[in-house]
Amino acid sequence: MTRIVNVSRRTFLKGASAATGGLVLGVSMPVFDAFGQQVAPAQPGRLNTFIQIDPDGTVTVTLHQAEMGQGVQTSLPIIVAEELEADWSKIKVVQADALPVNGMEPAAMGTGGSRSVRVNFEPLSKAGATARQLMIQAAANRWAVPVSECSAKAGVVSHPSGKTETFGNLARGAALLTPPQNVPLKAAADRRIVGKPTIRLDARAHATGAAVFGIDVGMADLLVGTVVQCPIFGGKLKALDPAPAMAIRGVLRVIPKEDYFVVVATGFWPAKKGAAALVPQWEPGPNAKNSTAAIDTAMQAALKKPGAVAVDRGDAKSAAKSVKKTFSATYQVPFLHHATMEPMNATAWVQGDRIEVWAPTQNAGRERYSIAEEFKVRPENVNVHVPYMGGGFGRRIGMAFIRPAIVASQVMNKPVKVIWTRQEDMSHGMMRPCAVSKLTAGLDAAGLPALWDNRLVVPSIAEQLTPNRVMNGIDPISIFGADAPRYNLPNQKLDYAMPQAGVPLGFWRSVPHSYNAFFIESFIDELAREGGKDPLAYRRSLMTAYPRHLAVLERAAREAGWDTPAPAGHGRGIAVHESFGSICAQVVELAMPSPATIKLVKLTAAVDCGVAVNPLGIEAQIEGGMIFALTAAMFGRIDIKDGAAVQKDFDTYRMALMPHVPPVSVHVMEGGTIGGATEPGVPPLAPALANAIVAAGGKRIRKLPMMDEGIGFA
Amino acid sequence: MAFSIKVNGSQHNVDVDGDTPLLWVLRDSLGLTGTKYGCDAGICGACTIHLGGVVTRSCAVAVQDAGDREVITIEALGGTHPLQNAWVEGDVSQCGYCQAGQIMTAAALIANGAKPTDADIDSAMSNICRCGTYNRIRAAIKRASGQV
Ligand code: FES
Ligand code: FES
Repeated sequence: MTRIVNVSRRTFLKGASAATGGLVLGVSMPVFDAFGQQVAPAQPGRLNTFIQIDPDGTVTVTLHQAEMGQGVQTSLPIIVAEELEADWSKIKVVQADALPVNGMEPAAMGTGGSRSVRVNFEPLSKAGATARQLMIQAAANRWAVPVSECSAKAGVVSHPSGKTETFGNLARGAALLTPPQNVPLKAAADRRIVGKPTIRLDARAHATGAAVFGIDVGMADLLVGTVVQCPIFGGKLKALDPAPAMAIRGVLRVIPKEDYFVVVATGFWPAKKGAAALVPQWEPGPNAKNSTAAIDTAMQAALKKPGAVAVDRGDAKSAAKSVKKTFSATYQVPFLHHATMEPMNATAWVQGDRIEVWAPTQNAGRERYSIAEEFKVRPENVNVHVPYMGGGFGRRIGMAFIRPAIVASQVMNKPVKVIWTRQEDMSHGMMRPCAVSKLTAGLDAAGLPALWDNRLVVPSIAEQLTPNRVMNGIDPISIFGADAPRYNLPNQKLDYAMPQAGVPLGFWRSVPHSYNAFFIESFIDELAREGGKDPLAYRRSLMTAYPRHLAVLERAAREAGWDTPAPAGHGRGIAVHESFGSICAQVVELAMPSPATIKLVKLTAAVDCGVAVNPLGIEAQIEGGMIFALTAAMFGRIDIKDGAAVQKDFDTYRMALMPHVPPVSVHVMEGGTIGGATEPGVPPLAPALANAIVAAGGKRIRKLPMMDEGIGFA
Repeated sequence: MAFSIKVNGSQHNVDVDGDTPLLWVLRDSLGLTGTKYGCDAGICGACTIHLGGVVTRSCAVAVQDAGDREVITIEALGGTHPLQNAWVEGDVSQCGYCQAGQIMTAAALIANGAKPTDADIDSAMSNICRCGTYNRIRAAIKRASGQV
């Protein structure tokens, strides 16, 4: 339950004027980490977010969720401002530190799973409404009129007598009041900020270069280092002669650790030069012979055996009688890297038993405890500041990019920023696992799947990061999206195997949906074509039990002009997938100037995310997700050779660029419960693209990336 | 070694090795962190500046090769340059990390009243945006050059 406390006289917040005498409300909310696990229920004394109204009228929202481009530091304030009836131009956002405020434990501050708006919508609405009610009450007290006669709008409280007062002038009075309970929320029809396109609050800071990312953190006496980790996953550092690095001007120290070393210098360039001058000897460890081919062999072997049964619905035996034809196809996707634009980095300053860290992390609250545990200090002595992140996509989790800075600061007795080179970043990712799916359908006389069988083979993320979630041989994080396809499939089976990958795995934007949508939506398309049916009409006939999904699909099709024939030589492909509480359908229209080349003509998306808090931001996230998925579908692949990642920079791990990207239109729909926006745009793109290629007369692509299958951009 | 370079209108003396890329002179010696590091390999464009009036990837030019050409960085655009305004009005940025480089590349494209076509934009704008903001960048360039 949301708890809202007036902490005006006891809170000292960073970046907020502590002693202005204004109103400060603390909000306690359920606490999630970046893995989506609820760390703790909302508890008294555990306040995550603060709303401060100063006498000058400024409304400062201190947020526990981190900004990595998804726009959370605009969408969450919108929710507050709506119910508060704030003047939007007076809203200011501050990123909370992972540090107790006056003894009040911070939230886990996990930002991920397209979860921020979903889990915070209700608590922040309530908090905004409570603050508004306090403003009204303060005005009513001042005017000696009943509260019920006053109303608030755009930062001003008014009374029918003509009296008005600004929030700023009421803030001191409101600070003395006890928050009312259960303040009613506005009706959806009365909203004036939620649902309206709003420009990001940080847009100007981004356009001027003023925004401070992790890599930009600066302070007096700051040293800069770079890290080199054993290129072979699981290997150790055997021997290292620091002399060649120490001979480089500006290099101050080489710090060898168990499986990495840090070169600390006066700046990044000497540190990088120093690192490059060294010839470390590595103990390769158990993965020395690991390779893409070896992993592939293990995946194919697993595909031949039944795996752990994750889903077994219906009565396959009796359904078998109606099967007229069996159709089967196997699909495959490779390892992927996040390639955040800003390479991994962190800054630390260790002073005695206190550790202060500036880390672009999605998981500050949890990492604070990890730091305390690993470096044997009390959690109260650890603070994690969270600067802007130059992209996150699920990569900025864990201690690997924080630890070297702390170690270096301990040794140097000074603040140290450790920046990974791009090459280090790319070869030490937390990879989206490779995955294989063999889908088999038993088709009835109408060509519909009376039987559906999915054999899914994916190395397990959970086994590495959250082992408690693996149950009976099943990693739920690997199967989401395949466990309940939104089609009428009365008899379905999903079995699952998790061979070892020998590489670190992680959460890559949309996680298993990124491949499960490709498998299922390609297969559905194949089934449609197998029976000579239009892929949209075929889906329609399978979606009678899913009207919300069908509505999204129909919307995307309509906006893309599905019912008018595509121009000669063009092909349109369609796909729909639900993830993170939202439904997204996409249509790709492309031309194929040759059998080996595509030219995208336009991309169309419809998304139902329940409540569209900021349509402008949702459109950006869906479109961004589509381009992220386009890059992966066309180019994305990390190979493993001799236990190490092969791709080390953007020359071999290519990105979609301006000329590749056609006009994109995103149609935001509202429907049921609130859903996410950052990830749901990713999953439908790859299958819609593969389906479009077939529609344009190209071959069926069952294995990504496209470039390996002989398809490139024209 | 000491080098004297002109950045955004003022002369600076820096004491670094001659092979230090301008990117790291700007960021580490001069504290101009608007110019970003993305690859150190001339590929991503996050580090884009103007050098002697030419769009340049600052990771690919050593300070010893800069000569007396002036360096112009995102900080010199002043905050309300037509491109910066168009970037804000078009809500272009997502994570924002690539955007200073994008704007510096675009600044040359619309200089002297030029009105770049889609083809001009395709060929000039080779910077990576991992967040996929390409369409909004295209629209903002057109807006800033008075085409919408
Ligand atoms: S950092 Fe210069 S092009 Fe990438
Ligand atoms: S806005 Fe994130 S890389 Fe371009």
